[in-house]
Amino acid sequence: MSAGSAPSVLGLPASLETPAAAVSAWAAARLALQRDLTLAFRKPAQLLQPLAFFALVTMLFPLAISPELSQLRLVAPGAIWAAALLASLLALEFLFRDDAQDGTLEQYALSGQSLTTLLFAKTTAHWLLTGLPLACMAPIAALSLGAPAPALGAITAAVVLGSVTLSLVGSIGAGLTLNIKRSSALLSLLTLPLSLPVLIFGARATQVAIAGGPVLAPLELLAALAVLGVTLAPLAAAAAVRISLE
Amino acid sequence: MMEFLDMGGYAAFVWPAYAITFAVIAANIIWARRLLRQAQASARRRLAARGEQP
Amino acid sequence: MKFTWFHRLGSPPYVYALAERLTPWFAWSAALLILAGLYGGLVLAPPDYQQGDGFRIIYVHAPSAWMSLMVYTSMALAAAVGLIWRIKVAHAAAAACAPVGASFTVAALVTGSLWGQPMWGTYWQWDPRLTSELVLLFLYLGYMGLRAGIEDTQRADRASAVLAVVGIINVPVIHYSVTWWNSLHQAPTVMRLAKSAMPPSMLVPLLMMLLGFTLFFGAVLLVRLRAEILTRERTSQWIREALGA
Repeated sequence: MSAGSAPSVLGLPASLETPAAAVSAWAAARLALQRDLTLAFRKPAQLLQPLAFFALVTMLFPLAISPELSQLRLVAPGAIWAAALLASLLALEFLFRDDAQDGTLEQYALSGQSLTTLLFAKTTAHWLLTGLPLACMAPIAALSLGAPAPALGAITAAVVLGSVTLSLVGSIGAGLTLNIKRSSALLSLLTLPLSLPVLIFGARATQVAIAGGPVLAPLELLAALAVLGVTLAPLAAAAAVRISLE
Repeated sequence: MMEFLDMGGYAAFVWPAYAITFAVIAANIIWARRLLRQAQASARRRLAARGEQP
Repeated sequence: MKFTWFHRLGSPPYVYALAERLTPWFAWSAALLILAGLYGGLVLAPPDYQQGDGFRIIYVHAPSAWMSLMVYTSMALAAAVGLIWRIKVAHAAAAACAPVGASFTVAALVTGSLWGQPMWGTYWQWDPRLTSELVLLFLYLGYMGLRAGIEDTQRADRASAVLAVVGIINVPVIHYSVTWWNSLHQAPTVMRLAKSAMPPSMLVPLLMMLLGFTLFFGAVLLVRLRAEILTRERTSQWIREALGA
């Protein structure tokens, strides 16, 4: 591989083409993150899809149950979290797939940089592009389902924390199913059971927030899950991707 | 004997529970043995095929 | 030198022969213990003072539930050993565990709901144990689905091993969160028999069943392991000897 052709393939600045030792793990991760964000912003329409999906699923509940806000308020936590879970699942299938197909992941694995760090950067990009926007949409969805305005801050915080774990758990599933055709059903089967704690604590935080109670405990549990995820999930995702690339 | 089968009125729940569990046990035995027999048969076929062509 | 037994456990011919020799011991002791446990549980044990004879479901429900967790743990351990030391036999053992564990998880769910009907008045209650059991079933199904989805055996071994390890780390988190969730929504359930209140006449058959089921798992695992090894091994010499062909 010549040094000249690689940057155009990777879409990376030439600095990453210097020997691995010259680029710190931090810089490499930042470049990988930048690259993913740049690529994603070239297709803004795709960025909106998970958000539209989230809004659509939330809209199903008033139509299916009742337009009355007092009733919707009871199901709001479940509706918001089920929708968030599904929306984050929707984008997962493509978390690593394109990069595996065009050989980028292989380059990452051979780059001499830690694959764990690079994949963590990719997962961070995924979270910035789906989890964070979902967290911004969540208060609007909550309002439309009858949540009082003072609860919105806590709901947003819960979705921010919860979606971190969802992206991380999803990265493991995406790495494992990389080579499997038509893997979306399998990916949900692998990811959803592992995401249940997020659903439970997240829905509880939302419920307490709507009732006006103290939300700190469930938020702390969500944060604990996120910390656990940040610590362990990138390792498992890197192992999974390595096995899939073999 | 009838008293035993009646299970103090819980017969409709106790006996199906036992039946299901022992059906699972039996299925596991049959399934495992069939897998082994199939594996042995295909290994024998493989050996025979290899024996024919030196 | 100390670890020669461990190295020998990595050798397929040795494990195949060992499994063949051990299977009858596991199978017959399991059969004896389960029969004795059945007699003790169905005939000798007195009816529970609250649940009458309905409590006797415990002698099949508890061992099934125990199996579902124990088999998952064994599977994850075998998978981890296979992943860390690259031992093929360990991967074969992990692969052999999954269907057995999944079938007993189904048994635990069905017997649990059959127990629920007389005790709770409904076949399904979102009780933390039943809910965790259901999640465990999905973990098994995911494991088997992933294994079935990857054609190359070695890659399937390693990918599913990662999943099993991730799963076993998650099992306590899931169980804790489900228990926490449940404690917020309803009072403790009737199904929890107080452990100290269980007299020996009830407890001994239960322990016999638990041990019997565990040995039964050992026997089934050994048979399935032999099948897995035969399917995976391509070198014919020892297979020729092992099959007596």
